[in-house]
Amino acid sequence: MGLLTVRDLHVTYPPDVHAVRGVSLTLDAGRTLGLAGESGSGKSTVALSLLRLLPSSAQVTGEIMLDGEDVLAMSWGRLRTVRWADASIVFQGAMSALNPVRTIGEQIREPILLHEKVGARAARERTASLLDSVGVPARRASAYPHELSGGQRQRVMIAMALACRPNLIIADEPTTALDVIVQAQILHLVTDLVRDAKISMIVISHDLSVLADTCDRLAVMYAGRIVEIGASQPMMAQPRHPYTKALSSAFPTIGDPASRRAPSGLPGDPPDPRAIGPGCPFEPRCPEAFDECRVRDVELWPAGPGQAACLRVLPDYARIPRLRRANLAQSGGDA
Amino acid sequence: MSDALAAELGAQSGSGAPRWYRSSFWPYFGGKLLGALISFLVMLVIGFTIFNVMPADPVATFTRQHPTSPKQIANLRHQLGVDLPVWHRFLNFVGHTMQGKLGDSWQYHQSVASLIGERLWPTVLLIGSSTVIAVALGLWLGIRSGWRHGSAFDRTASGVSLVLWSVPTFWLGLILLVVFTVGAGPIPSGLFPAGQMSTPGFSGSWLAHVGDTVHHLILPCLTLVLVIVAQYVTIMRSSIIDELGAPYLLTARAKGLRDDEVRRRHAVPNALLPTVTVIFLQLGTIVGGAIAVETVYSWPGLGFLTFQALEIPDLPLLEGTFIVLSASVIVMNLIADMVYRVLDPRVRAQ
Amino acid sequence: MSLVASPRTAGSRQAAAQFLRMPTAIAGLAILVIFTGAALTAPLYIHPSDLDVTQATGGQLAPPSRHYPLGTDQPGRSVLLLLIWGARASLAIGVIATLLAMVLGSAIGLVAGHYQRWLGRGLMHVTDWFIALPSLPLAISLAAVLGQGATSITIAIAITSWTATARLVRAQTLAVEARPFIDRARALGAGNMQIMVRHVLPNVAPLILVSSTLTVAGAILAETTLTFLGLGNPTEVSWGTMINRAYTGSAVSRGAWWYLLPPGIAIVLVVLGFTMTGRAVERILSPRARL
Repeated sequence: MGLLTVRDLHVTYPPDVHAVRGVSLTLDAGRTLGLAGESGSGKSTVALSLLRLLPSSAQVTGEIMLDGEDVLAMSWGRLRTVRWADASIVFQGAMSALNPVRTIGEQIREPILLHEKVGARAARERTASLLDSVGVPARRASAYPHELSGGQRQRVMIAMALACRPNLIIADEPTTALDVIVQAQILHLVTDLVRDAKISMIVISHDLSVLADTCDRLAVMYAGRIVEIGASQPMMAQPRHPYTKALSSAFPTIGDPASRRAPSGLPGDPPDPRAIGPGCPFEPRCPEAFDECRVRDVELWPAGPGQAACLRVLPDYARIPRLRRANLAQSGGDA
Repeated sequence: MSDALAAELGAQSGSGAPRWYRSSFWPYFGGKLLGALISFLVMLVIGFTIFNVMPADPVATFTRQHPTSPKQIANLRHQLGVDLPVWHRFLNFVGHTMQGKLGDSWQYHQSVASLIGERLWPTVLLIGSSTVIAVALGLWLGIRSGWRHGSAFDRTASGVSLVLWSVPTFWLGLILLVVFTVGAGPIPSGLFPAGQMSTPGFSGSWLAHVGDTVHHLILPCLTLVLVIVAQYVTIMRSSIIDELGAPYLLTARAKGLRDDEVRRRHAVPNALLPTVTVIFLQLGTIVGGAIAVETVYSWPGLGFLTFQALEIPDLPLLEGTFIVLSASVIVMNLIADMVYRVLDPRVRAQ
Repeated sequence: MSLVASPRTAGSRQAAAQFLRMPTAIAGLAILVIFTGAALTAPLYIHPSDLDVTQATGGQLAPPSRHYPLGTDQPGRSVLLLLIWGARASLAIGVIATLLAMVLGSAIGLVAGHYQRWLGRGLMHVTDWFIALPSLPLAISLAAVLGQGATSITIAIAITSWTATARLVRAQTLAVEARPFIDRARALGAGNMQIMVRHVLPNVAPLILVSSTLTVAGAILAETTLTFLGLGNPTEVSWGTMINRAYTGSAVSRGAWWYLLPPGIAIVLVVLGFTMTGRAVERILSPRARL
């Protein structure tokens, strides 16, 4: 069994926002998984739920097995020991993920002193070597977050995540607030560190290009579900789900800043999570939808080397009545 | 300033001199000090206008009770200096004030400065003890309320704060005085002394004196605390609520900290910054409250002195207390600016 | 706090509906209506003889009875009637002082926000200097010098209350004047006065309303304090003088709680009324302050 196994995860925010609707995935030790999707697809919710960091009003069901223990069933005390020591999170290092009135050294030392039985001096030494490994001079440990650049703050977040030598690192939009060159640096840094230490990683991003480079496997989320999952290179080369196709065709062009943003090659908006009806949630925007798609939802089904949740990959695809919908452009965009 | 440049500058100021010294502390302090001095000067202008320019004829007020001959009146005018042009009088006024010569009281045969000197310590004791207790209590209540805002505790605390803010200070003092000295219902009479700072004719060791003073201090202090604690609860509560959604709190939770540790180590230090400034800025209101409390309890401080000066009215004495009280508030504001700067690393960097 | 200028009628109907949904708002407004109503209608059922010390008929400092629901004071007048009559003084002074403070503060704020360079900055410096002064000592000094009585108290309170409004109005003026419709008005030839009065003022008015409700609360507290300290007219009946009499007279030592409690409770209720109403209106007008 792998390091992480998520089974049928559902997350509902009161009163009726069904943000995650049945997500299952696995991750083996030392491997990386990318989680892609637009904002509102539920990817950050999935990430936060792995350590039960959602607000207490959120209702979470399912099973999250981390190292053989169900996170959702753990006691609070056990959960607090698991947090950061077994799995840590790299948040967007924008100014506010770091406490503005504490030095970065203190913030890196905090989890070390909390989870490991070491003295202050050992913690300081470890902090210094962590900062070194991410490319920040060790003497900056007495600096405050606002005294560092964006790229340096992100490096500090990474150092902090590595502090307790976790088995899993979850990187939530690690490069979003950074400019292109720094993005590349950070990505290389993270992948190197993770590979050297044999740490598993889940990377969340709306930028597919980021994920394709750094992760072994990719999962694409839409409206709270995984719509396609598989090894990243084959999926990029030959996407099976129309949404993945749209995302990958919005690959950024080097030197063109506009194409770096969230996939914009697709008209319309993601569905309102309060009002997801029967049928495929992607259907209103899908350029290849059938009438059947409006009433029949499909779960992940093997498609090529991976899996996809689309009528098209079903074995009995050929027998679905081919009542094609009019082209989106002709029907004047989404309803 | 671009991020890179800021980082570079930060890198240069590595170890060595303490942070506050390195950065632009002295220009900042100088600017604030200048502002305080201007405020002080303006306050003197306003005080002078109220007490020396507005009154119809100070000589008339002074001699109201006694029949005086025109020659005596002329002498008096010369003595009081009211026969000089206004700007001349103002300059004299400023000069005398800076030397601590605040004139002579009309009621008491004493200089205003000496009267104020006598009454200064009781006021400092009262305001000092009340502020310390109110701040501690208010911050604690505010943090608890804000952290779990919407809870029953929060709603009760906020409701009580609202009512306490609406209560007139002097009336609350009277009620407490009546209840605890005359007695009411199950509370026996004579629990606390009925005013003043010490029992007349008290003799005993130094420690016993301290105990006696504390015994007399309890009711006035309680009254003042009740009235001012509401402000601190409110400001601390809203500061904490402002911090509640901050991303660094999520980071702290993800590290495995307990809820109270997250609150104590991360939320509170950030929420305290705006609160601290407000604490000092509230001194104006506290001074007002102290006047009422001292009057009700006959606590021999500057507030009670102000009330006593209202009898005639004793204008030089009133002017003296006005100047001293206003000056202390101005000084407190200056201290507030400096304290905030020391506490907030982001302000220091500017 | 920034406000959105909503279309007049639809906005106010919606606002009224919102107001009625808040229990504290309704409670506050109810208190105000009751007290104002009692104060205004008082001359209908209170005769001068009820308030005249020489014509008092009740027992001296008698506890509450059927005929005198709140007991009597030292000369024997009905405390209940005194209480209702006292509302007139406190409310009148509180409202008038606030009106003066509002006018002064709004004028200064508008001018400071409109003429942004040295006039504006000069005015803001003046405002800051006033804010630096503790309000009660200043009010006491002014009232003492102007002589005992309601007028002095009113003026003293007005002079210590205008600064908050001035700051608020200035900030809002700056925000409003940054909008394009002001430029359009200027292009059409609107003069300074016109811009300030016809364009900025209507947008700032709701804010002034909220601020004034909260200022009245403070003004009433200030009025009762000043009257208690002896700066009011001793022959007039007001809540402050009632408490002052309790303090200087023998009511306290004789345990006459019926003379001491009602005025204070009345003050608390009226101040709460204004504060709750003001905060409710504030919450309606600026959704961000929804805490």
